[in-house]
Amino acid sequence: MGLEVENLTVRVRDKLVLKKVSLRVDYGAIHVVMGPNGSGKSSLAYAIMGREGYEVVEGDIRLDGESLLGLETHERALKGIYLGMQDPPAVPGVRLSTLIIAAINKRRGVEELTKISDPRVVKSMQKIASEIGLATELLQREVNMGFSGGERKRGELLQAMILEPKVAILDEPDSGLDIDGIRKVASYIDSLRSRGRAVMLITHYARLLQFVKPDVVTVLIDGEVVARGGPELAFEVEELGYEAVRRKYKGS
Amino acid sequence: MGKPVELREEIFRSTEAAVELLGYEKPFKAQVEIRGKITRDVIEEISRIKKEPEWMTRLRLKSLEFFYKLPMPKWVKGIEAIDLEELVFYVKPEVERVKDWDDLPPELREYYDRLGLPEIEKKLLAGLTTVFESETIYAKVKKHLEEKGVIVMPIEEAVIKYPDLVKRYFLRVFPFTEHKFAALHGALWSGGVFVYVPPGVKVREPIESFFLIGRSAEGQFEHSLIVADEGAEVTWIEGCSAPRLSRFSFHDGMVEAYAHRNAFVKIVTIQNWSRDVINFNNKRGIAEDNARVDWVEGSIGSKMTYVYPSTILKGDYSSTRNTVIQLAKGPVLKDTGSKAIHVGRMTKSKIINKSVSVDGGVNTYRGIIRVVKGAKYAMSNVECEAMIFDEKSQAFTYPHNQVDEPTATVSHEARTGRLSEAQLFYLQSRGIEEDEAKSLIVLGFLDEIMVELPFEYVNVLAKVIQLEFKKLGGYG
Repeated sequence: MGLEVENLTVRVRDKLVLKKVSLRVDYGAIHVVMGPNGSGKSSLAYAIMGREGYEVVEGDIRLDGESLLGLETHERALKGIYLGMQDPPAVPGVRLSTLIIAAINKRRGVEELTKISDPRVVKSMQKIASEIGLATELLQREVNMGFSGGERKRGELLQAMILEPKVAILDEPDSGLDIDGIRKVASYIDSLRSRGRAVMLITHYARLLQFVKPDVVTVLIDGEVVARGGPELAFEVEELGYEAVRRKYKGS
Repeated sequence: MGKPVELREEIFRSTEAAVELLGYEKPFKAQVEIRGKITRDVIEEISRIKKEPEWMTRLRLKSLEFFYKLPMPKWVKGIEAIDLEELVFYVKPEVERVKDWDDLPPELREYYDRLGLPEIEKKLLAGLTTVFESETIYAKVKKHLEEKGVIVMPIEEAVIKYPDLVKRYFLRVFPFTEHKFAALHGALWSGGVFVYVPPGVKVREPIESFFLIGRSAEGQFEHSLIVADEGAEVTWIEGCSAPRLSRFSFHDGMVEAYAHRNAFVKIVTIQNWSRDVINFNNKRGIAEDNARVDWVEGSIGSKMTYVYPSTILKGDYSSTRNTVIQLAKGPVLKDTGSKAIHVGRMTKSKIINKSVSVDGGVNTYRGIIRVVKGAKYAMSNVECEAMIFDEKSQAFTYPHNQVDEPTATVSHEARTGRLSEAQLFYLQSRGIEEDEAKSLIVLGFLDEIMVELPFEYVNVLAKVIQLEFKKLGGYG
């Protein structure tokens, strides 16, 4: 069980961004989705989260065998899917700590969203923040307002670590991070796997894969799955480039 | 007139905190009700019921004259939704003023319980008065304040007991000649509080007054006067609310604040009228040498609001800080703006206005900074930030500066932001519903006033905002 995407075709306005994509992200496994810019990697993540404007034309998305298609974004999140975004937006008015407290309260059924129902949550977010190299004063700032690229990425990681998702979709979690940051991300991903969570790791380069060994690699080009394999496929992409990989597996 | 009816239907389709808290209007028996054309006879009758001294009757009649003389202000829109002559503009509820919540009739007590007032009073307040319809029905001050000579009492009582003191300020800080609705207020005022803090006394806990309109087609004209004598300090909180009414009611209140030398007066308003109230509130303060008058306003409810908290910085080194946060959700108009008139030297004003427009709501900021010649080295800074949630909603900013003193520094910053799909999706992807996401952003905007409020109020306000954005449930 875990996350299953079956034969998924998705349209954004009048463009098909995913064509008959199938993949499975199992518990206790890391599934890497690679592809060049504009190949549909982020669209896949958005479609799984049910983002407005990503219309499922065909196919299904299931969590533990149950279709997610009828659910709203927040419902999918509460089922245990987390999306760490490649480029998370700034949200004026909402402090990072408030967002985390609200997200936790939602998961625990606390009605007053901003109420600190459990002081341990505040402690643990401070602890994790300093572990991953995110200045704790950023917790009191508005989400991503004036954050550097690396700070945004660390903020996404922090939330993932606190929210304990069943399925973590991490969209280029390493871009903009220094080597220290990349190591932290990699060790978190590893710990998710060892704790039996499912990880879908979206990445453009194989760089992160030096630190974390995937179980499955899928290559996505122009919204289509062109190749699937083990960790070696990632290195093949790195050496040959996307175009050559496509020719090799799909023919010209 | 078709328009107001349509508007009302739209109002009914959305949730609002005031109604979630207070439910629907439940008529409460009145001892006296006055409506119809506002004439000299009517004014004299109100004055008689209140057993007022002659000077006050004269002041009312003079105001009435001006009401008929003055033109309708150009900046008032939508007032045609109510017919002044149809309003019941004086309602004396059939209830004795009490000092103990248990002595209130249960149906009235329930309102205050739902608002959490008795609880807050116990924990926090130095004094509390509540006005229901046109009269004060509950008044209580903690003993230690009385011993220090602090006066907190219904203003009617103060007019009789301390006429010389009241006369010095009443309708002098805010003259009834200013505009038509100030004059109307001067003629019809009823209910409200008089707070006087003697020289050097610093009142640590806030004093609160709560105003409730319990019925439709009513006019409420309460008058509050807050005075801090030399070196004194006081914080006064006013709360307002109403249940769902079947027709519009009209609120035309007034707050006058006076800070003598070295004194500090802070006025905090949490306005949560139901969307059936057209809200006009006239607010002005005067600060003498080195004194400070602060205004904090969280404007959540009402159908239309016209409020312009103003401070006249009369003395040298006097200052004001004016924070207004306004929410216009649904077919609602909020027209507000802060004013600072710099007269003394080295005077300072800081104005913060933040607005959120949602579901077709319209926010307008209309502020004035005036620096008169001779107000040497006056400094003023205005910050306006507007957040617009959707295509239907709007925000406008009309700052106006009139600076006649070359050594003055006046600055203004304005920002407008829109809530994007990406922001909303981001919050939703964390498990937060769309409505909750919006309330989180609004709560964030309110941060600026949250820091000015005692903890108990922060919780109340957070609850109110969440109710505002709650999915349409049992009501509506």
